[in-house]
Amino acid sequence: MNSYNVCTFAPNLKQGIFKPIRMRISTFKNIILSALFLTVFNIGFASETKEGGDDEKFDPKEMILHHVKDAYGMHLFDWNGHGVTIPLPVITYTDKGFTTFSSSEFHHDYNGEVIVEKNGQRFVNVHEKVYVLDEGATTVVYDAEHHPTNAHRPKFDMSITRNVFMMWVSVALLLYIFFMAARRYKKSENYVPSGIASFVEPLIVFVRDEIGKPMIGEHKYKRYMPYLLTIFFFIWINNIFGLIPFFNGANLSGNIAFTFTLATITFIITTFSGNKNYWKHIFWMPGVPVPMKIFLMPIEIIGMFVKPISLMIRLFANITAGHVIILALMSLIFVFKSYAIAPVSVAFSLFITVIEVIVTAIQAYIFTILSALYFGMATEEEHH
Amino acid sequence: MDLITPELGLVFWTLITFLILLFLLRKFAWKPILGAVEEREGGIKDALASAEKAKLEMQNLHADNERILQEARAEREAMLKDARDMKNKIVSDAKEEAQAQASKMIEQAQTAIESEKKAAMAELKSHVAGLSLSIAEKVVREELSNKDKQLKLVEDMLGEATLN
Repeated sequence: MNSYNVCTFAPNLKQGIFKPIRMRISTFKNIILSALFLTVFNIGFASETKEGGDDEKFDPKEMILHHVKDAYGMHLFDWNGHGVTIPLPVITYTDKGFTTFSSSEFHHDYNGEVIVEKNGQRFVNVHEKVYVLDEGATTVVYDAEHHPTNAHRPKFDMSITRNVFMMWVSVALLLYIFFMAARRYKKSENYVPSGIASFVEPLIVFVRDEIGKPMIGEHKYKRYMPYLLTIFFFIWINNIFGLIPFFNGANLSGNIAFTFTLATITFIITTFSGNKNYWKHIFWMPGVPVPMKIFLMPIEIIGMFVKPISLMIRLFANITAGHVIILALMSLIFVFKSYAIAPVSVAFSLFITVIEVIVTAIQAYIFTILSALYFGMATEEEHH
Repeated sequence: MDLITPELGLVFWTLITFLILLFLLRKFAWKPILGAVEEREGGIKDALASAEKAKLEMQNLHADNERILQEARAEREAMLKDARDMKNKIVSDAKEEAQAQASKMIEQAQTAIESEKKAAMAELKSHVAGLSLSIAEKVVREELSNKDKQLKLVEDMLGEATLN
């Protein structure tokens, strides 16, 4: 996949300022990647002739997808050949009701080999997706595209996956930070910020003065501030958590389910706060001739849905792309089986990581400012 | 493909978690923090406004002071002028009175001198008349002691009388 091009998804209207920056980042990525491939190619050739045979073929695509996608256990590191994993509960709902068991019962297997018998059903983990074996089946049979033929997904898989786990960790951290900050204000006289409050206050004031007020307007922004602040910090902290290698890049904000949910909430709020003027602009555009009104109506209706969809894809693609690039750079070491690659890989992935640190904030900012912009459009008063 | 297929379980947990987070932060963090920030901003605005007001008041006070000072100065000036005028008037009045007094005294003196002079003249006249009478008596007596002379005199006198 052309992962570094997804950054150029152009957000529309007011945050056009960011376009050049992100364009520049993506050109940077292009240059670096091509330079890297040239360097690596030479060294790789030299080392391969020396080392020769290999037992297990390293598949970077599988490794990267495995890291980028969700998983049932929270794998931390390997120790003496054994993975050290925080086991998380697998919760499924099938015809036979809810079944709960620990992810450790799969014994780190995600190739559908370990069968867990619970509640009269056989569960297997096929590429970090729980399947229920059909009645009587004892092993998983795959078709040509590696889809299980004799097993099906449970009706509802509400397992506490590593993404859910990290989401809760981030929520705990957010609550801790902001409760502490709120307490500082309660304790202080004259509401002078101190301690952690003096750190979060500029951020909160930034969201209020640079996002809420200009996008929604002086009179109506207050209603939307809790939502804007919450998505801003929620996305930002999860973007940051995704970059911390120890958490194995639990890629929550790069997961389409996460961005889908947030974009849907933005869509619902936009739709419900839409005033007469907003709906008039969608169904019967004022100030244009009647044929144009009819022509514009379907476009505007599509636009209503495209806006949250663009939000969803933008965040997902940017964050996932960053992870893919970093992991791809690291994979080079294993692809070429040479320590000589390591400095290059590390240097370039460090560089990308630093860019990603900026991207974490930028993407949180863009998601928030666009949400605010949509709210502003929905509540705008008529002024003709 | 399942990279871009939203997993229902994660959607479910994200929704619940996010709504709880939104509720908790809204109630226990955003409200107090934004409230505090707004309160403080309002406080700063008020303080600035009242400082501005105090400055204005100070300016007014200063102007007042200046005005009072100006008035006091003008009053003093006027008083000084009055005093000067009064002095001048008193001096000139005194001068005039003195002049009048003096001229009156001179006049009196002159009349006194005149009358004295008249009296003296009269006395002198009477003295001179007495004296000349006595002289004339003596002369007459001397003349008339001799007959000849008496005759001659009569003669002279008669001669003179015919001439006339």
